[in-house]
Amino acid sequence: MAKSPQPTPIHDFHVSQGAQLVDYAGWSLPMKYEGVTAEHHQVRRSAGMFDVSHMGRLQIKGLHARRLLERVCTRRIGTMEQGQCRYTLICNETGGVRDDVIVYRMDDDEFMVVVNAANRSKIVEHMGSVVANLGLKVSVEDRTEKTAMVAAQGPRVMELISKVSSEIPTLKRYRFTVKNFLVMKLIVSRTGYTGEDGLEVILPANMVSMAMKLLMKDIDPKDPNAIMKPAGLGARDTLRIEAGMPLYGHELGEDINALACGVDFAISLDKNVDEDGVTFIGQEALIETRESGGPPRVLAGLKIDGRRTARQGMPVVDATGATVGVVTSGCVSPTLDASIAMAFLDRGVSEGGGALEVDTGRAKLAASLTPLPFYKAPKK
Amino acid sequence: MSTPEDRSYSASHEWHLVNGDTVTIGITKFAADQLTDVTFAEMKSVGTTLKAGDAIGEVESVKTTSDVYCHVDGEIVEVNGELEANPGVVSDDPYGSGWLVKVKMSSDAGLSTLVDAKAYDAEHAS
Repeated sequence: MAKSPQPTPIHDFHVSQGAQLVDYAGWSLPMKYEGVTAEHHQVRRSAGMFDVSHMGRLQIKGLHARRLLERVCTRRIGTMEQGQCRYTLICNETGGVRDDVIVYRMDDDEFMVVVNAANRSKIVEHMGSVVANLGLKVSVEDRTEKTAMVAAQGPRVMELISKVSSEIPTLKRYRFTVKNFLVMKLIVSRTGYTGEDGLEVILPANMVSMAMKLLMKDIDPKDPNAIMKPAGLGARDTLRIEAGMPLYGHELGEDINALACGVDFAISLDKNVDEDGVTFIGQEALIETRESGGPPRVLAGLKIDGRRTARQGMPVVDATGATVGVVTSGCVSPTLDASIAMAFLDRGVSEGGGALEVDTGRAKLAASLTPLPFYKAPKK
Repeated sequence: MSTPEDRSYSASHEWHLVNGDTVTIGITKFAADQLTDVTFAEMKSVGTTLKAGDAIGEVESVKTTSDVYCHVDGEIVEVNGELEANPGVVSDDPYGSGWLVKVKMSSDAGLSTLVDAKAYDAEHAS
């Protein structure tokens, strides 16, 4: 028997809301409350609240905090201001992806790094070995279990939060503020994983029930017209697929070249110029990939005819029946009312080839290339 | 939603409701909940002959694609016409308007392998 999954600090709330709980990376998390599609639309149209406490939260603190992060992260850290967050990859020596993370700059020599649940211990070990190899003076503290993390996502989140804070709605995208609400310290960032405007909040685990009351103030989640309702992992996945956002284990992995994943903006191949020649781990390999013309397969979007779902691992074939790629994620998009998928495709194909099909093993589904993301939130 | 007592249940989460020599087949509320929202359902066509244990079609959800099985011998005489335009009906009303197919039985021997609502619920507390 596998070890029973760990409850998050928000577990009691999920149970009280009738959530269907599943084991996700060792955590007990809601798959859904009322239904995946309803929760998806709630986030796109109004606001949804997600428990993301399973994400790892690492505090990096000390004289060499920045040097550690410059060495492991694919993006510049030194140019970040206090109060800024930055999405970056952490690569291995061969240019594969160890994880995708968000770095928060708390202070000159203090950072918070939010990592994927499944990669948490791997990243802690990785950072530990870099610290030891370079002889850095910095501590890496895993704060995951002492804290909780909640994401409020959707076009009406700022309207809601303006009832309790005038400052938070003025935050720019990828900025955060540290708020001392009543007696608790909150880190509130304008970030998310749904393609909507919204916030992510990190708070002490023992303050969760008070924070939930504050966040859900005047809201009855059972009211069909509630501005904000809880949403589960199912909706989180369909929302991020529509937004063309990669997920570790699907579009990102140790064996997947970082330049194939559609996140080139997060890879600074000239970073060593500012760092006295010091490269990030994986930089040499990625420069070699770039110089050889790029990775053989790159991430692309597919629209599938009909209402069947293309699933991870299904081959993509061309008109001659030759395999030209593989599906990484797919769903029937609730917003577009169409079947969509992300896939790694041979470079010639992803740049616009002929007819494609996804082979489900029982049927071949006609598919056409479409640019990522599938969905962009309308500008306010 | 309580499990209806007028029909029989399989270990693979189908319900069979007998009316004369015809049986209506659907999936249970437990199965519908586990699947999460059904996004696609395709049944074999009217006229298909089946043996107990054959698949009658498949349902897809956000999470997975699953076969649905028949536990009698017979022939499909009707497919729920609403499934194509509105597959979500399987999630919303699995014991009612979310039925899948009707099968005219040539042998009902397979029904003896099914259990009643009480026994099904005991296995799959919802």
